[in-house]
Amino acid sequence: MPKPVQPAALVRFLLIFAALIFLFLFLIVPLFAVFSEALKKGILVYIESVEDADALSAIRLTLLVAAISVSLNTIFGIATAWAITKFEFRGKNLLITLIDLPFAVSPVISGLIFVLLFGAQGILGPWLEAHDIKIIFAVPGMVLATVFVTFPFVVRELIPVMLAQGKQEEETALSLGAGGLQTFLRVTLPNIKWGLLYGVILCNARAMGEFGAVSVVSGHIRGMTNTIPLHVEILYNEYNFVAAFAVASILAVLAIITLIIKSLSEWKTKRLLEAAEEEQ
Amino acid sequence: MAKRLAKKSIIPGFGLTMGYTLVYLSLIVLIPLSLIFYKTASLSWKEYWDVVTDPRVIASYRLTFGASFVASVINAVFGTLIAWVLVRYDFIGKRLVDGIVDLPFALPTAVAGIALTSVYSDNGWIGKFLAPLGIKVAFTPLGVIVALTFIGFPFVVRTIQPVLQDLDHQLEEAAFSLGASRLQTFVRVLFPPLLPALLTGFALAFARALGEYGSVIFISGNMPMVTEVTPLLIVTKLEQYDYAGATAIASVVLIASFILLFIINCLQWVSGRRYFIG
Repeated sequence: MPKPVQPAALVRFLLIFAALIFLFLFLIVPLFAVFSEALKKGILVYIESVEDADALSAIRLTLLVAAISVSLNTIFGIATAWAITKFEFRGKNLLITLIDLPFAVSPVISGLIFVLLFGAQGILGPWLEAHDIKIIFAVPGMVLATVFVTFPFVVRELIPVMLAQGKQEEETALSLGAGGLQTFLRVTLPNIKWGLLYGVILCNARAMGEFGAVSVVSGHIRGMTNTIPLHVEILYNEYNFVAAFAVASILAVLAIITLIIKSLSEWKTKRLLEAAEEEQ
Repeated sequence: MAKRLAKKSIIPGFGLTMGYTLVYLSLIVLIPLSLIFYKTASLSWKEYWDVVTDPRVIASYRLTFGASFVASVINAVFGTLIAWVLVRYDFIGKRLVDGIVDLPFALPTAVAGIALTSVYSDNGWIGKFLAPLGIKVAFTPLGVIVALTFIGFPFVVRTIQPVLQDLDHQLEEAAFSLGASRLQTFVRVLFPPLLPALLTGFALAFARALGEYGSVIFISGNMPMVTEVTPLLIVTKLEQYDYAGATAIASVVLIASFILLFIINCLQWVSGRRYFIG
């Protein structure tokens, strides 16, 4: 018996349609709103907002904080992924769970713990004051909070890539007489470079965009301890919406670049793996 | 120590990398985090109880847990739908759609917050269609749900996607050819293997939503007793230099997060998969 409409095609169409509508309303519209609001009064006002002295100092500080935190977490990420993927040991799952801890912690609490440690009423507070070292309401505290929040990103991108690559290639290189460092640089690094790149880029995007944790430790001193997201908040609360969205658009562009590099790195890693399988 | 802990391997560097990992993990994460409980212990039970059961704090729990739950349910439904569409169907722009799913992870929360507020306020792009219907989103609990849905969106998609990819097509075809309807096939054949992944995604989105601050504070309007989330109360207490009070409330949120983390780990253990979703 012939059917009037093919239900499979109809169901398929409806499901795709519903999915796209949801994505459009929840993700695409807000993203476009950032740029639309930023350019509401024309490109000149946009440029003026971004070139404002406070905005520039926020950009500089953001770059500094991100550079330090991303470097620290990249070194940690590589070392830890090496230990986890190249060796068998007891408590590996526990270790991975502990590495994931910062994900489960509210950004506000991530800032709070460093206030409890280094703040004026904190455990090390009196000692720091006696030695005239400022951590809270200063750059070191913001770096620490950012390091905590972005802690798992590099290592968690590297672990699946390194597991998929296995350790055969490293073992071959080592048994042929290569040193440990040489093996890492010549064998491991080329295999993981795209995963590593994405981990670093994602870690960077999160470091530059972190709001809650940094807000708690920064003290919001204009031109001194303001990062881009904190500056966005100040402008927004002053009802300077165009400037707030203009500065926010810098971070939105960064987010788009991050997503492009993610797609690229997944595609490249897949190709590397396929090439490795073909060789065997 | 290295030799006792790890099986013998030709690959060098276990002692060095493992030692470094443990020292860095302890200094950055474990020791600072344990301070929450250390500081909380400076309060007596009664003081602690009074802080964490203050009516304003209780109202914030109700909003935070309630809105997080609703947002995670929305994400579970639409996340499953979008994962299904991405795995099973081909359409133009699929790669782009797949990429855009991660936007909430890449877009800073403060930016998401002001963007959603502008879109959902009474004269915003979406808000102006809802306002005549009497639906107010920005500066109401509904706005909190919208923000939490946004930031938790990718979790369910990314946990279900790989499971759905590995699922054998033949299973559904067999069910189908044995006379099961489309719905029956989905509920009886496809749903059970997807369940652990779905619950993991749900729990991850829920855990993320509980602690969310950046996106919520812009859209919620922060009215005490009505649209004030728990993380905001922690910040408010801190700004009043009430460290003990802030820490007490933080300990409640932290315990809830740890319980969720434990559940997520159990689910991953049951399904034999580990997820990492940034």
